[in-house]
Amino acid sequence: MSKPFTPKVVTANALLEGDVIYLTEDDQWSRSLKDAEVIDDEAHGDLRVLFGQSQPNEVVGVYLIDVNVTDNGPEPKHFREEFRTKGPSNYAHGKQELA
Amino acid sequence: MYQYNSFDRDFLAERNAQFRAQVERRIDGSLTEDEFKPLRLMNGLYLQLHAYMLRVAIPYGTLNSAQMDRLAFIADKWDKGYGHFTTRQNIQYNWPELRDVPDMLDALGEVGMHAIQTSGNTIRNVTSDHFAGAAADEIEDPRPTAELLRQWSTDHPEFQFLPRKFKIAVTGSPNDRAVTKAHDIGLRMVRNEAGEPGYEVIVGGGLGRTPMIGKVLREFLPKADLLPYAEAIVSVYNLLGRRDNKYKARIKITVHENGIDTIRDLVEERFALLRPQFGGVDQEMLAWIEAQFTAPAFLKASVAPFKDAYHHDPVFRSWVDTNIEKHRNDDYAIVSISIKKQGQTPGDATSEQMRVMAEIARDYAHDELRISHEQNVILPHVHKSHLPAIHARLREVELATANIGLISDIIACPGMDYCALATARSIPVAQQIATRFDELKLEHDIGELKIKISGCINACGHHHVGHIGILGLDRAGVENYQITLGGDHTETAEVGQRAGPGFAYDEIVPAIERIIDAYLELRLNEDETFITAYRRLGMAPFKAALYPEVKANAA
Repeated sequence: MSKPFTPKVVTANALLEGDVIYLTEDDQWSRSLKDAEVIDDEAHGDLRVLFGQSQPNEVVGVYLIDVNVTDNGPEPKHFREEFRTKGPSNYAHGKQELA
Repeated sequence: MYQYNSFDRDFLAERNAQFRAQVERRIDGSLTEDEFKPLRLMNGLYLQLHAYMLRVAIPYGTLNSAQMDRLAFIADKWDKGYGHFTTRQNIQYNWPELRDVPDMLDALGEVGMHAIQTSGNTIRNVTSDHFAGAAADEIEDPRPTAELLRQWSTDHPEFQFLPRKFKIAVTGSPNDRAVTKAHDIGLRMVRNEAGEPGYEVIVGGGLGRTPMIGKVLREFLPKADLLPYAEAIVSVYNLLGRRDNKYKARIKITVHENGIDTIRDLVEERFALLRPQFGGVDQEMLAWIEAQFTAPAFLKASVAPFKDAYHHDPVFRSWVDTNIEKHRNDDYAIVSISIKKQGQTPGDATSEQMRVMAEIARDYAHDELRISHEQNVILPHVHKSHLPAIHARLREVELATANIGLISDIIACPGMDYCALATARSIPVAQQIATRFDELKLEHDIGELKIKISGCINACGHHHVGHIGILGLDRAGVENYQITLGGDHTETAEVGQRAGPGFAYDEIVPAIERIIDAYLELRLNEDETFITAYRRLGMAPFKAALYPEVKANAA
């Protein structure tokens, strides 16, 4: 048996603002991880990354992150991605500013 | 200080116009990110974790008040009201938007500043001693040399695509405050037997993944030979340096793999070819640059107000004892303004603080400011009679912290709070250490101590040369901090030794506290600094303090 697939989300940075963004099921980019499409299968993940990469005039640096699926929606497994959902820890700047 | 002439201004305006067009073409889709990235990096623009980051060069750390005011203006208009001063005497803005960057560069250009070659595989911003021109121990002001190198290296056609980035530092003093031995090229001004000034040329130093202390390539290089010799070094590296492996591409590896003697032979051979091509224009340029770095017209006034305040005001006295260095003019002082109030982000200054520092420089300090690689701001020329007024003004904006050289005067890179390369956070670790020892009221008792923190192996926080170095890593998806001890960033440069296994995020501050407790217990007396005690005692007692459970298990 192969290892169970870890659920994933497509992320990138917005070209103009540089802000962290996530790919939604209806092909939009959201600033909030809550809105992201949770990907359950590897082939679909590859397709969604390709879709993201096909929009070079909107986004930069498309990649997949591992998430846990919770009642509050997807949450990052890795602390780096956790920081990307909020902003820096020394000032309330970035996403946490708007939250 | 150096003033841009029409050539410099035209060059910058043209370069900024080029970049503006490149940004437009990126936004309209004519350039892909792969095409655009090297162009933006050459102009100092990074894409970090949460936003773009613009890294602006402060050549050899020297600024006037108009430039500092402009940095504040940029912080307010296009960023979030602050800037981060770095270990390479740059300032970084953490929140610019892509469309605004060309305007930011134009605003910088108007005061003779730029972001050229603050990234990419080029010769980076030339750094220097932050006490240059003021230090009592100086042979010669290193800044004309640094400015000459800046002009030579900027847009140098042969050196825009080196195997890897290339960093040069210059010091004019035997006391090395520019970390020259940890640079690709380090230049130390020395005198030969005839008493003429020249350079000791050090090559192949660097921190990062493979820390190396630089090796002496030439014991004495006459001043007039500087540019052809530097060009010889960089061109030998350009050909010989490895391009197959990014981690082995710096000149330190080239020197290590080929041996310093081979490199020396190749450089001398190349130098012999290049020397005749420098027909003296470089020396005319140098003379012209030197004429712009004349000493200020020092005031002749009584220092009685200073002595009076020193006698009566204990807070002022503590600040003077900690933050003031000896100036070459006895009536003057070099003031280090700490931008590291305990609990603040090391190296950050708000736009208001920048404006106050500019105002002080204008009113009291011959219009000069410096940024140190230790992430503080320096007023290099202050008549002692002005110190009480300066101190009072600094206090109003939380810039009067008396902690220079102490445990809370920590170097920290931005770490994973901002940097896309980071493997762990640095800033909160620095904040917590500083706050903890401030609460314990131990800082002044501990005395001179350099803690340096990097959030990844690239070592922007200079952890290898910290008396106590902290390196943040990602260990199986958790932040983990390794401690090194015994590093030295001065003329007696040394790479610290790893103490043992790393510590979790919530264990690192208690671990530092155990090291300090051990030091306070073991030092001979209050005059024995941490690094002196470490050299006398070695790693063992500190290791025992760091890992008490290991000792208990072994017993």
